[in-house]
Amino acid sequence: MTSLAGSYDVLVAGGGNAALCAAIAAREAGASVVLVEHAPRAFRGGNSRHTRNFRIMHAAPTATLTEAYLEDEYWDDLLRVTGGETDEVLARLTVRGSAPALTWMASHGVRFQPSLTGTLSLSRTNAFFLGGGKALLNAYYQTAERLGVVIRYDTEVRDVRLRNGAVDSVEVASAGESLTLCAKSVVVAAGGFQANIEWLRQYWGAAADNFLIRGTPYAKGRVLRNLLNQGVMPVGDPTQCHAVAIDARAPKFDGGIVTRLDAIPFSIVVNRDARRFYDEGEDLWPKRYAIWGRLIAQQPGQIAYAITDAKALTLFMPSMYPAITAATIDELADKLTLDRVVLGNTLHAYNAAVRPGRFNDKILDDCRTDGVAPAKSHWAQRIDTPPYVAYPLRPGITFTYLGVKVDDKARVVMSGGTPARNLFAAGEIMAGNILGRGYLAGFGMTIGTVFGRIAGAEAAKHAQH
Amino acid sequence: MHSTDTVAEARRLMEICNACRYCEGYCAVFPAMELRREFSNADLSYLANLCHDCRGCFYACQYAPPHEFNLNLPRTFAQLRAESYREYAWPAPLAALFRYNGVIVALVLAAVLAAVLLLITGLQQPSIVYGPHAGAGAFYVVIPLRVMIAVGSVAFGYALLALAIGYMRFWRDTAQGLRHPAGMRAWWRALGDAAALRNLSGGGYGCNDRDESFSGVRRWLHHAMFYGFVLCFAATCVATVYHHILGWIAPYPLFSIPVALGTLGGVGLLIGTIGLLILKIARDPAPGAREMLGADIAFLVLLALVAATGLLLLGLRDSAAMGILLAVHLGFVLALFLVLPYGKFVHGVYRLGALVHYAAETAPVRSGERAIE
Repeated sequence: MTSLAGSYDVLVAGGGNAALCAAIAAREAGASVVLVEHAPRAFRGGNSRHTRNFRIMHAAPTATLTEAYLEDEYWDDLLRVTGGETDEVLARLTVRGSAPALTWMASHGVRFQPSLTGTLSLSRTNAFFLGGGKALLNAYYQTAERLGVVIRYDTEVRDVRLRNGAVDSVEVASAGESLTLCAKSVVVAAGGFQANIEWLRQYWGAAADNFLIRGTPYAKGRVLRNLLNQGVMPVGDPTQCHAVAIDARAPKFDGGIVTRLDAIPFSIVVNRDARRFYDEGEDLWPKRYAIWGRLIAQQPGQIAYAITDAKALTLFMPSMYPAITAATIDELADKLTLDRVVLGNTLHAYNAAVRPGRFNDKILDDCRTDGVAPAKSHWAQRIDTPPYVAYPLRPGITFTYLGVKVDDKARVVMSGGTPARNLFAAGEIMAGNILGRGYLAGFGMTIGTVFGRIAGAEAAKHAQH
Repeated sequence: MHSTDTVAEARRLMEICNACRYCEGYCAVFPAMELRREFSNADLSYLANLCHDCRGCFYACQYAPPHEFNLNLPRTFAQLRAESYREYAWPAPLAALFRYNGVIVALVLAAVLAAVLLLITGLQQPSIVYGPHAGAGAFYVVIPLRVMIAVGSVAFGYALLALAIGYMRFWRDTAQGLRHPAGMRAWWRALGDAAALRNLSGGGYGCNDRDESFSGVRRWLHHAMFYGFVLCFAATCVATVYHHILGWIAPYPLFSIPVALGTLGGVGLLIGTIGLLILKIARDPAPGAREMLGADIAFLVLLALVAATGLLLLGLRDSAAMGILLAVHLGFVLALFLVLPYGKFVHGVYRLGALVHYAAETAPVRSGERAIE
């Protein structure tokens, strides 16, 4: 293994998709590159490990995409989910950059699966990695190694020292040892801070202790905090995070996709006090699943229970955890440690309010309640057919929105408005520039890929001058 | 399929995989999994035998060890396959032969070889065993043709019977849930999948033969071995026609059809088996199962020995070594026939059954409808 000591043209902080794209792009531009990844090899890749697809603009069907998805529609989708909290220049740069990125990815080892026709209905807009994000990372790491990028696992970037608007040196910690590295340019692609519970507690208080983190435990936001402390311009609301309802039995970190639960539209959801608190059937699930993390975060103890019956069992994707089942509501209340009487009353009130309708899980049907608060607007069916079924839910945090401001060359912008001379950013650490709010499936990977490539190329260019 | 710890582990993994589905592009296992929400023991046996051990899902898995979910599908399925071979073996008491299979195959081989050599040297004059022979019927001077036919057909016939019963047991167990019987079309598709090893193509990009990197080497080595085996079998069939219908008595000239087929087949077998042996030893052990390693290696070595002695016999058939070489070669062939239903070979039988099942349950019925919901 190459020694860590020495100086490089480009240092990349981070080991996920954006970091790898930057490292490969910089190396191919002729720079010597070291990539510093906090995680050990087995857990390398940040949250990219858990991703699956990539949102891509295209004018005609391809082997991996159906129909067409043009710039204007892409931009409209982004505008809609962010409510305008986006930088149009950077956003359009990303959208346009997504088309050539597909070829670039394939030529650097990423494999795609043929267009899907399944339940995800993303086959028009998103290309799916064969085997998912970890397979993509394996391919990129292999390519980077072949090209001669020096890769250091188990090494955390502690301090990117800025002096007079430029990085002067980078302090890293490896195996308990602190080392100072010199690089002509630095790309920070070290993610958000969603795995830093202490930081989340600043905004969420003690509730943060009950959050589950869906992805890597290594996204502590140390580089982000370090840069913001040194006068880099922040972007994105620091209090916001993407939070969905996941199975409460999921591990604290890294549970990923299999802890997701899609039962809510076909259930009632009660809190620790066995009371309902929000319209479970407000809209189609893809449009609503991302609000439930926040809703549950606001409930006492940050816990909730989706309760339904035998009729609903096959209506949603299976999760990895078995349903908690019971022959009676009392038995179910006992199993969930909820108050029997209150749960019975909640269920009774709900059942009594269910209006007859024609049930259809594919559309906004006319099965709704009348005379219960909160109402259930769609897919409301009486819960009366044993076995009764429940899933415990907790907020699952996907990512945070706070980041560093960048320009169209991926240069990190100082609070005065001038870009740092040799500091570039890519991936989640700067995604807030473009996705200031909301979520668009596969767009994080697009930002990471497009800005990773830009940051890598620009960092190499700067290093060589 | 009986409930075992392996079956329980396979169920745990399938319930995780079915909530993820990232691997659905690799092979038939995942689309078959997606047709189910619950996994009976028979389902798991079917899925395990559908798995071609390409290992793509292991390296792509975000939950592979050291992740706490500890998801190692290729290993668990290999263990389950090993258990399923015992489950369906006929007659049932001989299922025990799958335990320590490497040792068993070696012992059978040693016993058969010793018996053949003792019989030859005991029953034939030394001048016949150790002397050169030429012209039509040269082989049959050493070992009479009727003995060859009698012993060979009894051993091979028994192997076919035991394999067929094993197949039926597997099918009866795993295909209960099929709504439509597997028809000609399913068989045709399954045979095509098997002949091309379509599920060893990793969605078109190759498999993780050795490690994280992708290659098609294992698939091509298996082709060399399998089609080598087929060519050798074809050589025997042609020779049978020559002998019994045309009255042409072996040995046949170098440029005759049986010798050409046998030579080509032998070379293919040798390349395939040796290549697969090297790969088996060199590859990353993480996604593999130790349970099958002995059986895998024993069967590959036996096939390689059959091929090597066959080629050697061809090369030295005019010399004084022919008698002993013929005995050794036929001893290996006999041992191969005997262990066919109780060793690695059975994987092909159950895999074919699983592919027929898969073809039947995913056959488009009408306008994209699926045979199983």
